[in-house]
Amino acid sequence: MFLERWLDWLARTEWSIALHESQYVWPFTESLHVLTLTLFAGSAIMLDLRLLGRAFTNIPVTAFTARLLPWTHRGFVVMVSTGVLLFYAQPLTYYHSLFFRLKLLCLAIAGINILVFHTRTERSVASWDVSLRPPRAARVAATVSLLAWASVIVSGRLIAYNWFDCELHQQPAWVVWAAGCKAPAP
Amino acid sequence: MILDLLPWFEWCEASALGQFVRTSIWMFPVIEATHLLGLASLGGAVLIVDLRLLGLAFADQPIAVLARGAQRWLTLSIAFMLASGFLLFMSEAVKCYHNPSFWVKIITMPFAIAFTLLVRQRVAMREATVTGASSRLIALVSIALWFTVAMGGRWIGFSS
Repeated sequence: MFLERWLDWLARTEWSIALHESQYVWPFTESLHVLTLTLFAGSAIMLDLRLLGRAFTNIPVTAFTARLLPWTHRGFVVMVSTGVLLFYAQPLTYYHSLFFRLKLLCLAIAGINILVFHTRTERSVASWDVSLRPPRAARVAATVSLLAWASVIVSGRLIAYNWFDCELHQQPAWVVWAAGCKAPAP
Repeated sequence: MILDLLPWFEWCEASALGQFVRTSIWMFPVIEATHLLGLASLGGAVLIVDLRLLGLAFADQPIAVLARGAQRWLTLSIAFMLASGFLLFMSEAVKCYHNPSFWVKIITMPFAIAFTLLVRQRVAMREATVTGASSRLIALVSIALWFTVAMGGRWIGFSS
């Protein structure tokens, strides 16, 4: 498969190996990735709590989207940059990691949810901007957001565990399928 | 050290609770992952007020309103972090004892919690007392303390 061959080539590049084997650069990149959760996911959670009417109910929703979302976006840039670097250090390992694949799936769900919120739900924000309890559609968006980002964080953390690694154990068929393991030679 | 804490750490790790978490394959990873969820919500509750104190977000909202809004989620997040962190600690107390990052984290943490709840939140809720330079200083101290706690925590896993 082309993608896998390309990732295999990527894993053999000098910088990928250097990053993978570095004593400090990798741990610091990983730490930055984890600590930026406070800014990125933290600010997203605060906005979601506002949309659910569970916090900051005396602050208009648009104050959140105008004044806090820029910080969420800055956090996201750091998350993606450090995340791409971490992937670059071990491309094939992550490609075949069940939890990494699950994380990407949850990221996609979170992204679609944001898209739906900004293009549809948020259009009527003027009529519920100062509402203590925003309308159902906004609360659903906030709930989906909380669940999706929580799943991204949990599956991201679990990438570190090798329970479902292709090479290490005899995996059940569904894992072989979901992690894209190579079929054993006949 | 005059007071030898190692026997106490050994007792923690040998306790039924410590063994319960340690012997399970998935218990530690799952608690650790939820500890990260707590980190995210604690980070949000801490930073939303600090960013306002720094004048970098919500400039049009009173500081007291943000501080009061964050209060409940701040205390809930801290309680959740302490509970999940306690379980993680019990399962590997002896490793923690020999781990410099753990000590950096555990010594800084009471200061971070006390400063946030007793100094920052109180000052921020009494808005009139917060002026430019002092509010920025309070926010920077808060961020520095929590950064040390979080970085120490992450580094426990690297420095073993």
